[in-house]
Amino acid sequence: MNQLIDRRGFLRGSLAASTAATTSLAKNTEAASFEGYPNAMGVLVDLSRCVGCRSCEAACNKEQRLPAPEKPFTDFSVFDELHHGQKRRTDETRYTVVNRYEIPGRKHPLFRKIQCNHCQEPACLTSCFVNAYTKTPEGAVIYNADVCVGCRTCMVACPFYIPAFRYSSAFHPRIMKCIFCYDTRLTKGLPPACVEACPQEALTFGRRSDLVTMGKQRIRENPGAYVDHIYGEHEAGGTAWMYLSPAPFEQVGFDTSVPKEPILNYVKDFLSIVPMVLTIWPALFAGFHLLAARKDKRAQLNKNEEEV
Amino acid sequence: MTINPKAMLAAAVVLLAGTLASPGQAMDQLDAPETMTIGALANLYRPVPFSHVRHTKLARCKDCHHHTTGQQDMDPNCSRCHAYSPEASIVACKDCHTQKQFYPEQVTAGDHRNLYHIDKPGLKGAYHLNCVPCHAKKNAPSDCEGCHALTDAGKQFFHLNSQAAGKAQPAKGRDNHAR
Repeated sequence: MNQLIDRRGFLRGSLAASTAATTSLAKNTEAASFEGYPNAMGVLVDLSRCVGCRSCEAACNKEQRLPAPEKPFTDFSVFDELHHGQKRRTDETRYTVVNRYEIPGRKHPLFRKIQCNHCQEPACLTSCFVNAYTKTPEGAVIYNADVCVGCRTCMVACPFYIPAFRYSSAFHPRIMKCIFCYDTRLTKGLPPACVEACPQEALTFGRRSDLVTMGKQRIRENPGAYVDHIYGEHEAGGTAWMYLSPAPFEQVGFDTSVPKEPILNYVKDFLSIVPMVLTIWPALFAGFHLLAARKDKRAQLNKNEEEV
Repeated sequence: MTINPKAMLAAAVVLLAGTLASPGQAMDQLDAPETMTIGALANLYRPVPFSHVRHTKLARCKDCHHHTTGQQDMDPNCSRCHAYSPEASIVACKDCHTQKQFYPEQVTAGDHRNLYHIDKPGLKGAYHLNCVPCHAKKNAPSDCEGCHALTDAGKQFFHLNSQAAGKAQPAKGRDNHAR
């Protein structure tokens, strides 16, 4: 019987084709890195200015209509609180929290405000399989509770441990996190409530690109006053909220092991192959099956002919 | 076109006032008001009664007013341009430091903004950044209410008077965040 293509040839060809498809796709993803929206806004937090007054916490509570706090915002005993050996974290009742850090060799403690850092390429967004998160051109990472299925993968994906889950509500469970006052302020060009409340101007609101320049200027013009680094300029691929600190960042509770590239990059190459796997592999393995089945069928046919 | 005589008079007064302020000579503390009330921003806190006389005995003019009072040696970053600046017609904090800070007019509308003052704090920032470090150094009050008492709005803002302050209660009934 004259075959157009033998089994070996088919296998060799299909393997070569799938390898070629894989490598060419993987190469494309390297070029497809996102540098952030050009006019995205951000906030520069200067730890040397923060005095721990907690006005930002109070302003956030009011603006976002969060539940009343356990202790008034003028109560500074919260700085001594430890939960499972950790300082206070963001949760379903507070999108932002200020913590105190005693720095060896410094007369005064430092205070650090934490909230969503609004990454340029957010890990929460890329981990979400229902697209509940959006990075807006204004710079905010917002969340849509209507499509969220409550899988909480974003909480695992976030390198800064920010998204919290509203476990207390049986009927309206949802992720609770800072949205950069997106709907009430950012879209109108206004600074977020915490920034406006800060008496010390420890929080500076502006275009992210301007803030990087401003941060570098502060470091340059005040020699010895800051560590020569803007936390968030490159961390996790760059964040909208960035920090200046007079003490080494790890002493003020920052995770300095956060990679300098988007968390997404660790899985981007793998994920780019997935569509190929889903389209080419079914055809490929269906082909294998047909070839294998054809042999059996022919054997069956021959057997039948012999019997006849 | 007619010229309003009142406007003419006002312009003349302004011009005259400009010439009266003796140029080329540094101001001293006697030119300053004795007491004043810092109240432009009062909302959550009451206005601050400020004894200017008392502070002139504790600090030099340039410690607060930069180059505008005609004193020379200051922050090296300022003296790059202002080493020989004469006393200015504007010395009040609020005339340079804006009450609203980080609004579009300061942030995004700034195509022609002053290149060298890109990091100028707003009025609230200017007060606190100038006052607090010195107060801390000289053991003057440096807690919030040491200078300005909370208003009722302020007490509400910080949840001071909330008798329910005892337990963080999850929002009941309504979902503030659902669409």
